[in-house]
Amino acid sequence: MTELLEVRDLSVQFDTDGGVVEAVDAVSFGVRAGEILGVVGESGSGKSATALAILRLVRPPGRIVGGQVRFEGEDLLTLSEEEMRAVRGARISMVFQSPRTALNPVLTVGRQIARLFELHRGASRRDARRRTLEMLTRVGIAEPERRARQYAHQLSGGMCQRVMIAMALATAPRLLLADEPTTGLDVSIAAQVLELLRDLGRRTGAAIVLITHDLGVVAEVCDRVTVMHAGQLVEVADVRRLFARPLHPYTQALVRAIPRIDQDVAMEPIPGTVPSLLMPPPGCRYADRCPRVLDVCRRERPALLGAAPEHEVACHAVEREGAVAVR
Amino acid sequence: MPLLSVEGLVKHFPLSGAWLARLRGRPAPAVRAVDGVSLAVAGGETLGLVGESGCGKSTVARTILRLVEPTAGRVTFDDVELTGLGAEPLRRRRRDVQMVFQDPTASLNPRLSVRRTVEEPLRRHTALAAGQRRERVAEVLGQVGLGSELAGRFPHELSGGQRQRVNIARAIATWPRLVVLDEPTSALDVSLRAKVILLLDELRATLGMTYLFISHDLATVKYLAGRVAVMYLGTIVEEAPTRELFARPLHPYTKALLSAQPVPDPDARRQRLVLAGEVPSPIDIPAGCRLRGRCPLAQPVCAQPVTLREVAPGHRVACHLV
Repeated sequence: MTELLEVRDLSVQFDTDGGVVEAVDAVSFGVRAGEILGVVGESGSGKSATALAILRLVRPPGRIVGGQVRFEGEDLLTLSEEEMRAVRGARISMVFQSPRTALNPVLTVGRQIARLFELHRGASRRDARRRTLEMLTRVGIAEPERRARQYAHQLSGGMCQRVMIAMALATAPRLLLADEPTTGLDVSIAAQVLELLRDLGRRTGAAIVLITHDLGVVAEVCDRVTVMHAGQLVEVADVRRLFARPLHPYTQALVRAIPRIDQDVAMEPIPGTVPSLLMPPPGCRYADRCPRVLDVCRRERPALLGAAPEHEVACHAVEREGAVAVR
Repeated sequence: MPLLSVEGLVKHFPLSGAWLARLRGRPAPAVRAVDGVSLAVAGGETLGLVGESGCGKSTVARTILRLVEPTAGRVTFDDVELTGLGAEPLRRRRRDVQMVFQDPTASLNPRLSVRRTVEEPLRRHTALAAGQRRERVAEVLGQVGLGSELAGRFPHELSGGQRQRVNIARAIATWPRLVVLDEPTSALDVSLRAKVILLLDELRATLGMTYLFISHDLATVKYLAGRVAVMYLGTIVEEAPTRELFARPLHPYTKALLSAQPVPDPDARRQRLVLAGEVPSPIDIPAGCRLRGRCPLAQPVCAQPVTLREVAPGHRVACHLV
């Protein structure tokens, strides 16, 4: 299958007074054209840092220390800053968690979108305005003329997120990175925003990487899922497979930790806490929380191995059972 | 006799220009945050109060504790009307009714240690001597699962989950009979949320407390509450025992809330009952049923005023079409 984006052994570190924080540790995954790939994990799992690294937006004291990010055939990590600017916002764009703070407070939302058409597409002011209104209509904003004249603080949270999505899709990117796009929105508004993302993805053919801590959101809209824990990728699977047969002990614990409205099952917290990423010990970072921990887990990091078609897992215990095979 | 009863509670926040309108004999513009809410909470039960941002659920909570003064209505706790109480008698009641807030960081004083934070309500509301207070602090810290080694720490030295445990410890220190919990888990991560939900449930069971649990998260409410009231735009639209509400929601707003909740099951992607648009402003509230403009089932009759009525034992709903 064609991979639009291929991330290989990507590592991101932050230099702090206490030492080096290994926020993303040799993470590899692919994003296929047109799919919605979910990235889930608790806070501190490195999911946002991974997205920022793809766009090379990691700011000091953080830095990308290794790996490749191949997008449509070229390694983004080798591009010049100027070449990278032509990628950002045009071929890959991003939607952030708090739309109100991500929008410019002193420009009308219409002007902010129109500028994208002028900058990236060389559109005339008049043409840019027409396309802006079209974009606002497409993301389901009623009375686009009136809304275009308003500022971010005059819009509701859901409306701001629609404007962000309009901005992200204005330049017809091939890939959209959405970092917790519905966190902080009310359920009914969040449902509308997810519906919109799924629908726009389908219509424009853009692939979406959806970063979230909410497995409900993942089940609702994603085609495939990657699970991250403490900067490491622990499992990748087709969404149906992941929920039907999660293999990694962390994924299993994550599923059991959510209160459910659709079933009467006991809820179990994940044991322990996310480990410190400050100079972490070698091996699997879930080892201290894992009920199935083996000696080898603390020495060697498990490799991501295929367990079934469309299902890979990085776990020594699962490997020991013979449930996985080297690709 | 319920432990807590709220009757016809109204809280309007006047807007600028109100005096001018009154001068001209027009109704003064106001945010009608709570517009006639009645609730009864029996001793030992957990009542869940759910709704989206701006529905007035937090204002109900604050009005019960008289952190904001109600515009009209009565709040009665343990046979005493709190709404008419003067400052001193109200202060004496505070040890019985405590609150846990949503933001575990903002609700702690950064300059007080964990010990001082939990001790504060004991100093204010009880006659305990210093030694007894120290014992009590150690006891409640244990009950919320915080080791005594944390007692000397300050909020910035704690994790988010630990901070929320300190907030809970502070709330239960004075042996309250009622604890009002305002979104206590929504700022927490998945694994912490599960831990705090289980902790709250265990504390209620072992200490015999009563909870008014306010949340926008129906799944959390399902775990904690025995009964649920659903609020929309300042009023209660449906109220039922939790099992009944989840199995047989009757109000279109409750149905929409339930179907909007993402479910961690890819095979359950379903047809949703989607409400059009967003919640209208609580300044211009539509006459009749407040959901009318967004409800896919709305009929001409919905323009008429609607009241809560009982349709099954303990199940009340405010909808013309049910």
